Amino acid sequence: MSFRFEDAASLRDDLRRVDYLSDEGIAGVVYLADRLQKPVLVEGPAGTGKTQLAKSVSEVLGTRLIRLQCYEGLDEAKALYEWNYKKQLLRIQSDRSDEHDWAGVSEDIFSDEFLLTRPLLEAISAPDPVVLLIDEVDRVEVETEALLLEILSDYQVSIPELGTIEAKQIPLVFLTSNNTRELSEALKRRCLYLHVDYPDLEREKEIVLTKVPDITENLADQVARVVRSIRQIELKKAPSVSETIDWAKTLVLLGVEKIEEQTASDTLNILLKYQSDIRKAAKELVTADGVSV
Amino acid sequence: MTATGTTEGNGRSAKTVPLELGDAVLELLNGFIIELRAAGLPVSLTENLDALEAVKHVPIGDRESFKYALGATLVKHYNHWKAFETVFEVYFSLRGKEYAIGEDGELLDLEDGDLDDAQAGDQQGAGGGGENLSPEELAEMLFQSLMRGDSQMMKGVARQAVRRFAGMEPGRPVGGTYYLYRTLRNLDLDGVLERLLQQAQDTQGEASEMDQRLWRDEYQHRIDQLQKEIEAEIRRRLVADRGVEAMAKTLRKPLPEDVDFMHASREEMTNLRKAIYPLTRKLAARLQRKRRHGRRGPLDFRRTVRASLSCGGVPVEPKFRNPNPHKPEIFVIADISGSVAAFARFTLHLVYAISGQFSKVRSFVFIDGLDEVTSYFEGVEDINEAVHRVNTEADVVWVDGHSDYGHALGVFWQKYGKDIGPRTSVMILGDARNNYHAAESWIVKEMQDKARHVYWLNPEPRSYWDTGDSIVGEYAQHCDGSFEVRNLRQLEAFVENLV
Ligand SMILES: Nc1ncnc2c1ncn2[C@@H]1O[C@H](COP(=O)(O)OP(=O)(O)OP(=O)(O)O)[C@@H](O)[C@H]1O
Ligand SMILES: [Mg+2]
Repeated sequence: MSFRFEDAASLRDDLRRVDYLSDEGIAGVVYLADRLQKPVLVEGPAGTGKTQLAKSVSEVLGTRLIRLQCYEGLDEAKALYEWNYKKQLLRIQSDRSDEHDWAGVSEDIFSDEFLLTRPLLEAISAPDPVVLLIDEVDRVEVETEALLLEILSDYQVSIPELGTIEAKQIPLVFLTSNNTRELSEALKRRCLYLHVDYPDLEREKEIVLTKVPDITENLADQVARVVRSIRQIELKKAPSVSETIDWAKTLVLLGVEKIEEQTASDTLNILLKYQSDIRKAAKELVTADGVSV
Repeated sequence: MTATGTTEGNGRSAKTVPLELGDAVLELLNGFIIELRAAGLPVSLTENLDALEAVKHVPIGDRESFKYALGATLVKHYNHWKAFETVFEVYFSLRGKEYAIGEDGELLDLEDGDLDDAQAGDQQGAGGGGENLSPEELAEMLFQSLMRGDSQMMKGVARQAVRRFAGMEPGRPVGGTYYLYRTLRNLDLDGVLERLLQQAQDTQGEASEMDQRLWRDEYQHRIDQLQKEIEAEIRRRLVADRGVEAMAKTLRKPLPEDVDFMHASREEMTNLRKAIYPLTRKLAARLQRKRRHGRRGPLDFRRTVRASLSCGGVPVEPKFRNPNPHKPEIFVIADISGSVAAFARFTLHLVYAISGQFSKVRSFVFIDGLDEVTSYFEGVEDINEAVHRVNTEADVVWVDGHSDYGHALGVFWQKYGKDIGPRTSVMILGDARNNYHAAESWIVKEMQDKARHVYWLNPEPRSYWDTGDSIVGEYAQHCDGSFEVRNLRQLEAFVENLV
């Protein structure tokens, strides 16, 4: 088996080529995930590019992305596999007239043909080296996490009727979490941990330059500076990267060349979601003395 | 196929063969992990082994990669990252060629961080690390490095500043902050910041308040960077002097969730305030989920049987009781004097953040007088603002502004006692240090008779209870429970149980 990435630095370049701006830490951990054949648990504030990271890595690799979107109530049948019972019933009924004994039938109906594969099983049984994204894993109940453990540590799935299905290749696995609850230690132990925070000034500027067509270097720089400043204010929800991008796009549409106070406070509702945050930021932004906390 | 079974052999170029770790590195890593555990990080055996494996795959001598490899395998909670970084800096501050130590244990000079280097054109490089600069020249270098945002030059300035101003002497048993303070005092960074802003204004002309704010942010950012360099330099010298383990021990700090409300430093307080939002969001999400799942009450046997009659006695449809039909009503009565104010603030914040879990929340604050502050929280989006108002506007002083639990409880009982009913849970918050006033604990007893529950939350360690003028025991005997709540971890646990 060969490795996917030569080293962290070239991975970082490759990601940039598909418009994902990573940093040393992000690229380093993804590189290690491949080397150590361990899943990466990506945690961090909303809209900082956690989901996008998995997508972009699969783009770099030119491989399929198999995605399991988690939600409350997700169960085995939706995550792993399910027996196609309608088809099974049909088979049993069509067999009735014949002299088949039950053992024969059951052997027959619990076979590959009647198995509906769901994302996790699909990723394991894929013949090609896929990327598996288990998105927003913090949304499932802590008991449901147990479904993931076998896959994450052994890259295999046990199906009582069929036995153990082992991976044909080790998928590169990303789990993302918005941290709405603490994940179990058992899950965390199996993963490499990557905290993706808001980017620093330089990286955010680069992201804006990449993602917003026709923006000038100068405006991108100002956007990043204002956003950095706003993130220092104590808010209920700080602006995310995607909100930065939306804001920059709006400014370009408005034909803004330099961000004046008026423009900034008129468009704050794109960066911030809560009224109280907007009010607070509008006030603080025009306070030359900096953050008053 | 397992995660570990496949790494052997095929397809691996020479470049990717994992390095074998030398004994010295192994020993260092061992000490490092022991120290992480001592600092409270729950590093398991698997993670320990993963870390050893991970570092084999990063280029040797690349400190940043080394750090991420260790971080990704050993730190699984973001709150713990800072503690990890501190320990890392201590253990690996001397690694890398630029941090080499000479034969005699003297620190060698940084080649690329030297001042003479940084200003190559301006000055003849005599004597190594900028020793020949006059104090005025050094101040000017400092100013220039910040103005240009030149990090190499900042490094040089930091080293030179520590060398000159910290007054470090080998073997002297003082902490790093002492040296940091001495160095910073000599640099007058506040003054430098003002000068930088002045200069920006002079060269750029007319600027809006917002522009000025952005400049200030930028310069402040650079100054923080410089300060980090200074700290790193001090740490490097201390480690060289005292050894890694001793140093690590002096730097050990509690994790944010374990920081004592009553003794938090300014910085810790800021971190706590930042931690409260995500914490409440998490708690709210968790409770929401719990409620949705616990929606079904216990089996209602009688109704099930009755329903079965229409099906010839077969209980096809089980009937359930309604789940606990009433959400509790909460009364918070909080001492907001001096040392316990922070505790009251965080508790109010947390309770209101999950107020959806209760049918009603009313809050009262006191010192020696008492005031209801429920209305402050009504219809506000930002709980923090309301909490701030509580601390500045509530009318809580009666005589002298020293806690008087007896009097405050008396006022409460007289004005609001009638509002307490069998669905009310009362939380009383405070250290019960009553300045030797009358306890009036009968009020708590009567409260308990009327209310569903009465709880006492005390931010002091249990071992201090009932010492000096603390009379918490006298009140607690009439409560359904008394709890030590010194930090966020304990507070979160209490509130979660309350629901
Ligand atoms: N480093 C980055 N480089 C390029 N684009 C980025 C980067 N980070 C974020 N973005 C942009 O921000 C958008 C939002 O990112 P994404 O959906 O991955 O965030 P997330 O962290 O998964 O958020 P959530 O927690 O809400 O799921 C992406 O579509 C992408 O356009
Ligand atoms: Mg996402």
